[in-house]
Amino acid sequence: MSPSAFEAVIGLEVHVQLRTETKLFCACPNRFGAEPNTLVCPVCLGLPGALPVANREAIRLTVMAGLLLGCEIHRISRFDRKSYFYPDMPKNFQISQYDRPLCLGGGLEIEAGGTHKRVRLTRIHLEEDVGKSLHFETTSGVDFNRAGAPLMEIVTEPDLSSPDEAMAFLLALKQILVYGGISDCNLEQGNLRCDINCSVRPAGSSALGVKTEIKNMNTFKGVHRALTYEIDRQIRVLRGGGTIRQETRRWDDDAGATDSMRSKEYAHDYRYFPEPDLLPVELTEAQIETWRADLPELPAARRARFVREYHLPDYDAGVLTADKGVADYFEAVARSCGNPKAASNWVMTDVLRVLGEQGMEIGHIRVTPEALAKLIGLVERRVINMPTAREVFAALFEHGGDPETLVRERGLGQVSDASAIDALAAQAIEAHPGPASDYRNGKAAALQFLIGQVMKLSRGKADPRLAAEALKRRLGIN
Amino acid sequence: MSRRSDGQNAIASGAAEFPMSDPAAISLYELGESLAHGDCSSTDIVQALLDAIARKDGRIHAFLHVNAEEALSEARTADRRRAAGEPPRSPLDGLPVALKDNISARGQPCGCASRILDGYRATYDATVVARLRAAGAILLGRTNMDEFAMGSSTENSAFGPTRNPWDTDRVPGGSSGGSAAAVAAHMVPAALGSDTGGSIRQPASFCGVVGLKPTYGRVSRYGLVAFASSLDQIGPLACDTRDAARVLATIAGPDPMDGTCVDVPVPDYEAALRDVERLDGLRIGLPREYFAAGLDAEVERAVRDAADCLAALGAELVEVNLPHTPYAVATYYLIATAEASTNLARFDGVRYGHRVEGADPIEMYLRTRAAGFGPEVKRRMILGAFALSTGYYDAYYLRAQKVRTLIRHDFEAAFARCDVLLGPVAPTPAFRLGEKLADPLAMYLEDILTIPVNLAGICALAVPCGRTAAGLPIGAQIIGPAFEEGRILRIGAALEQARGPFRGAPTL
Ligand SMILES: [Zn+2]
Repeated sequence: MSPSAFEAVIGLEVHVQLRTETKLFCACPNRFGAEPNTLVCPVCLGLPGALPVANREAIRLTVMAGLLLGCEIHRISRFDRKSYFYPDMPKNFQISQYDRPLCLGGGLEIEAGGTHKRVRLTRIHLEEDVGKSLHFETTSGVDFNRAGAPLMEIVTEPDLSSPDEAMAFLLALKQILVYGGISDCNLEQGNLRCDINCSVRPAGSSALGVKTEIKNMNTFKGVHRALTYEIDRQIRVLRGGGTIRQETRRWDDDAGATDSMRSKEYAHDYRYFPEPDLLPVELTEAQIETWRADLPELPAARRARFVREYHLPDYDAGVLTADKGVADYFEAVARSCGNPKAASNWVMTDVLRVLGEQGMEIGHIRVTPEALAKLIGLVERRVINMPTAREVFAALFEHGGDPETLVRERGLGQVSDASAIDALAAQAIEAHPGPASDYRNGKAAALQFLIGQVMKLSRGKADPRLAAEALKRRLGIN
Repeated sequence: MSRRSDGQNAIASGAAEFPMSDPAAISLYELGESLAHGDCSSTDIVQALLDAIARKDGRIHAFLHVNAEEALSEARTADRRRAAGEPPRSPLDGLPVALKDNISARGQPCGCASRILDGYRATYDATVVARLRAAGAILLGRTNMDEFAMGSSTENSAFGPTRNPWDTDRVPGGSSGGSAAAVAAHMVPAALGSDTGGSIRQPASFCGVVGLKPTYGRVSRYGLVAFASSLDQIGPLACDTRDAARVLATIAGPDPMDGTCVDVPVPDYEAALRDVERLDGLRIGLPREYFAAGLDAEVERAVRDAADCLAALGAELVEVNLPHTPYAVATYYLIATAEASTNLARFDGVRYGHRVEGADPIEMYLRTRAAGFGPEVKRRMILGAFALSTGYYDAYYLRAQKVRTLIRHDFEAAFARCDVLLGPVAPTPAFRLGEKLADPLAMYLEDILTIPVNLAGICALAVPCGRTAAGLPIGAQIIGPAFEEGRILRIGAALEQARGPFRGAPTL
């Protein structure tokens, strides 16, 4: 008899490429997009006689990730050899970490479907990436540029129970890793890849079902779709009286389905043993404390601080802190112009709007925070009005540059000369006697019409406040 | 060949005779003096050695590759430097050395005497090679060895065995047999070897030359094709202790490319060799286990004579125990093979070396490795993979590591009672070709007196101390604590000075 309801049990193994200058065990640049086999050396090619030397920065970044995620940091950790043959593996063993990873435990708070949940981590370890096989018509090749890139593997406990939760976890993880400067988490460049472990069981049961593994997912949407499919598939099999086989499955994005790759029964014996070419990694308490002191502020804390420090509404603070680059940009503008409210308005409306329209990252915007701060200052000092400021912003967005220079060169400054404005006010009253007499007779709204006329006559450059004063004076109200 | 070797000081006047006599019959030191005095040029020396190789190596097969053109060209460059009045770059400037075929030198083959590296040429210099080049040394050629340094006789070379210059029916020892034979036959004054379980000391002993296994971490392994990473160490094979000291001083010292290379300053090894007439206050331990059953009587006599000779110089002899010695061979063959099984996994035909095509990568791996590796290498990789496999790891690899710790403690306890240890290098003198080939275990036991030093990571020197009645060389092993290479070289030098150096060339 099959139960009426099932629940999914999901665990993730997330591989994250670290943001280091060089590879994990050699001095080759850790960079994406170069010509094949141009970022290689004897070490990452696994040439006879080459030896690995551990990159201290990769160890630091992994420990930082561990500290941000509340892990316990092993004072002594170790690298191990994991043996298996594959053409993209230069040495036919991967230097990884087996029973003494850098970080143990930890967890991450997620929010999905309106509820909060803590997802426990099993461990975080550091290992080297492999090369990339390329297949041509009749031959194959291997690009070793990626071989030896530092790869951090984050393993969760099976604490996730839906595709939405898996997605929320990945998003929250990405946000933290980007915030920590640990990885760019650029999915297009393969900075973040994940393996999914998934099983289903009767709702409320505490026993675990047989799990399948879906390997090498490289989009969040793919993870969501694959899980949705796989959970449904497993439930259908069980409802139909079948059994789930422990196996590795592949997600076929075009077909929208997973299919079996190989049975786990033939799983490799990886023959782990301590890497004799590398000494154990020893971290002193003082070293870890130094790194802890360097921890960046996480999104939640930053959001709260923005509310407190800049007196922003919680919603606005949330929008501004969602992306670390945007938050950094906002803070730079706010500090530079001394007006957080105006900075927030500009960033939330104009900046985010153009970035969205252009599909651009904040890092690539030509409007520097200093330029935007100057622009805000020009408005505050009434050198230009808002419509002009938006024009200047558009120009800065296109070409960059300094807003003050731009305003001067294009003659965009407001007319603040009282006599010039008074002349325009006289002109407006003369041209529109009706509204003028309406205003004298107490119709306050007529003044707005006359201000509009003054603005029109000045081609938008008149200071509206001075225009109102001049009109009132001429119409005998003052 | 004019030079007969019937023991000591056979070539005392070599420098004066140069270049009329066999130039290789003199040491790096003497050749250096000849260069300094303008008695000969680097080109003369290299040409004379190339002639010697042409004359002798057909019978010895010490070299797998001779860099004739490059060596002559480097010699001419060195001569030009000297003629221009440039000061020598080092005591090795303009002098030739040979490299074991597992040490990478840019542009040269580095085949480890294996078919699987057919056609492979190193694209970079090992750190030791870079240091030799910087010192002005000339790389004369690449010496034969047991395939991937796995063996004790050089019979496991895929390109045929090397023969012992003292008796060409006998092996030169191994795995650095080519380096030892080349120095003994005066085809090169000094060579580098590698020692994982005795591979420098045992061939040095069999061929009557000096061989030094430095402390693990004293010399960079970068560029040495790994056999067993936690045991391998590069060291010199040379005519005498002074030459060995010179070569060691050139190659030793910390290296950012090898994380296991230790940041300990390199002392003046040659200074340690001066004033060795007396050894008062020195305590020499004789490990009981190294003089146990199975030790050849002539070997025992020669080593005990050496001990008595040192005692006559004022050293005190004390008996010590190294109780875990009987477990060393088994421990070694688990650890070394486990590491080797992964170190040699990279030879797969994908990127370099020999390839036998297959329908898919797996078939290509199987065919390439089946054709490329010799039987001893396959035997050890299988043993190592087995020792690491799930369910056996604790019983084999992990237990072997624990015994390794006990062996290290044995030496620590012994060194609390004495300054150095003295014993034989090998239980027998050089054996006949083919004698132990059918019995791998008998071959493995050949290394019982050298393996413990590698497991403990300490240093040891093989120095000639006598001959058998049949004229075969016998070596004594002087073992020192970590980073005490100066101390063991000094005792070796004392022995050389008291007894006269066992140099001279076998009749070829
Ligand atoms: Zn590299």
